Amino acid sequence: MIKQWFVWYSKKQQDKDTLKSPNMNFQFTEEQLMIQQAARDYAQRELIKDVIERDEKAIYPTEHIRNLSELGFLGMLVAPEYDGSGMDTISYVLAMEELSKVDSSIGVIISVNNSLVCYGIEKYGSEEQKQKFLKPLARGEVTGAFLLSEPGAGSDATSQQTTAIDMGDHYLVNGVKNWITNGNSASTYIVIAQTDREKGHRGINAIIVDRHSEGISLGPHENKMGMRSSDTHSVQFTDVKVPKENRIGEDGFGFKFAMKTLEGGRIGIASQALGIASGAYELAVKYAKERKTFGTEIINHQAIAFKLSDMATQIEAARFLCLKAAWLKDQGQAYGIASAMAKQYTADMAMQVTTEAVQIHGGYGYVKEYHVERLMRDAKLTQIYEGTSEIQKIVISRAIANGDI
Amino acid sequence: MRLLVCISSVPDTTSKIKFTDDSSRFDDSGIQWVINPWDELALTRAIELKEDNTNPVTEVVVITIGTFQTEPTLRKCLAIGADKAVRIDIEPLDAYQTASQLAAYIKNEEFGFIICGIESGDYNEASVGGMLAELLDFVSVSSVSSVRFNKDQPIFQRDVANGKEELSVNGTAVLIVQKGFASVPKIPNMRGIMTARSKPLELIKASSSKSLIKFVNYHSPKEKEAVQMLESSDELVEKLSKEAKLI
Repeated sequence: MIKQWFVWYSKKQQDKDTLKSPNMNFQFTEEQLMIQQAARDYAQRELIKDVIERDEKAIYPTEHIRNLSELGFLGMLVAPEYDGSGMDTISYVLAMEELSKVDSSIGVIISVNNSLVCYGIEKYGSEEQKQKFLKPLARGEVTGAFLLSEPGAGSDATSQQTTAIDMGDHYLVNGVKNWITNGNSASTYIVIAQTDREKGHRGINAIIVDRHSEGISLGPHENKMGMRSSDTHSVQFTDVKVPKENRIGEDGFGFKFAMKTLEGGRIGIASQALGIASGAYELAVKYAKERKTFGTEIINHQAIAFKLSDMATQIEAARFLCLKAAWLKDQGQAYGIASAMAKQYTADMAMQVTTEAVQIHGGYGYVKEYHVERLMRDAKLTQIYEGTSEIQKIVISRAIANGDI
Repeated sequence: MRLLVCISSVPDTTSKIKFTDDSSRFDDSGIQWVINPWDELALTRAIELKEDNTNPVTEVVVITIGTFQTEPTLRKCLAIGADKAVRIDIEPLDAYQTASQLAAYIKNEEFGFIICGIESGDYNEASVGGMLAELLDFVSVSSVSSVRFNKDQPIFQRDVANGKEELSVNGTAVLIVQKGFASVPKIPNMRGIMTARSKPLELIKASSSKSLIKFVNYHSPKEKEAVQMLESSDELVEKLSKEAKLI
């Protein structure tokens, strides 16, 4: 008994020693707050002006993307040596939330560019690939797209039908990719394709493809329910020649590359969902303080007040999940489970919160000029792309079963 | 040519305004401080002038009077694009003291012209610019809506009834600028944000100067009463005569 106590006590002392540094810190730095404010200013001043029209007519925000790249948002996580802004992931969460409060189409364009394309090349690409492809992406001169999903391979990403056959000095790519965000606007594709089917997912490669290569054709702009201002296409590859030096990592690294990159992508999408929810919540609060029924502002009715209370608390919980995942990534610690939790919880929460925001607005919530119906349509996609909520639960529950958490 | 932009650090315009218990002082707890909106436009235009290589502007300096709490505001100015910041370390008590502190610094420096926002978003006194020009014996040009250069000579434009007037001055001018001086305040880019800390922020001891005003009391406006829906015109007449005593 005494021995047990001693082991417990000395372990506790050790923990204490390692906990001396201020590990828990809820204070943002001045720089992080400035980035948050810059994103807020741009969103509230510029994005708000044409967000309804771009949603309705499904117009890609070319001008805004140019302005935001000048401000540094397109390559904000890339190191300055590769022409990025060198920001931390906490700043990224704050910026994504502010932009997505107003326009989550902008959010997804920036998220795909930063978390999937830039991060993928910066973390796993060769020096030549970084010089050639990463720098213009980080400067925001071009945007990127990540081509993983296929008509028959979404959540089951191992069933890749697109092939990249090794022809000696180049790969020959054939197949169809689906639901590609930035499909038309992007200049740089990262394509996940099967090189050796016998090796299963160890025969998959990730290759960088110039979108203007011969043999690439696009399907029509998908007529989506939400995030209509981002351009989503299917992409067909017919005998597309890609130089061998465009392969990221060793032969067969593609599946691992995709999974690792998507871990970071979840933080971007979770923060986007967070922005959608907090944008809808802020509109609901404003409306509830103005709109009167039965002689008083509706915020004074408990039915509405309790909805707002739940929304505020859920958003705060989701924000901490997003920031925790971002913090782990910044610390160089494993963040795959944290980012899965953040994405699943925040996306599901965003769906609930936006639905309630429409309910609080009543009939006004159902028409476009009050914004909340758009946010509700946008929220739905966050539960689906970059790993559905169900896939996140598989990731989390496997970690529980393996004793990882 | 160096330009000086005078910066006031003011509560964010959406702040909830409260006063201390004895109502003699503004309660700044929980307040987020920002660049005074008029000063932000002044800074934006100053940076635009510098970025246009056809102009003789080589450096933009910002200055504020305040405690260390104003440093984030100054660093925001550096992030937006100012080259150097100066903080005079004293709590500003009134416009005269603020202008005196600014004048003490400026008289030992050389600037092409000095820009002040027309007023600050907190006390709205609209006094510092004029006082500063007077204390330094500089030319004060008020309500300036734009500035351009004719070779090395700055030309200032003012809105006047039915038109605009353009003027140039002999000697150094203190511009007191309106909204419209720049179209929208410049949003700092990330490079700017990350390099702000590496730019000089000079701390200067306050000179001896007195304040002339003592704030005695603040009164908050009465809360708006709820709207009453009336059933008939008779009721309206009765309320106007008996309650409001207007008829």
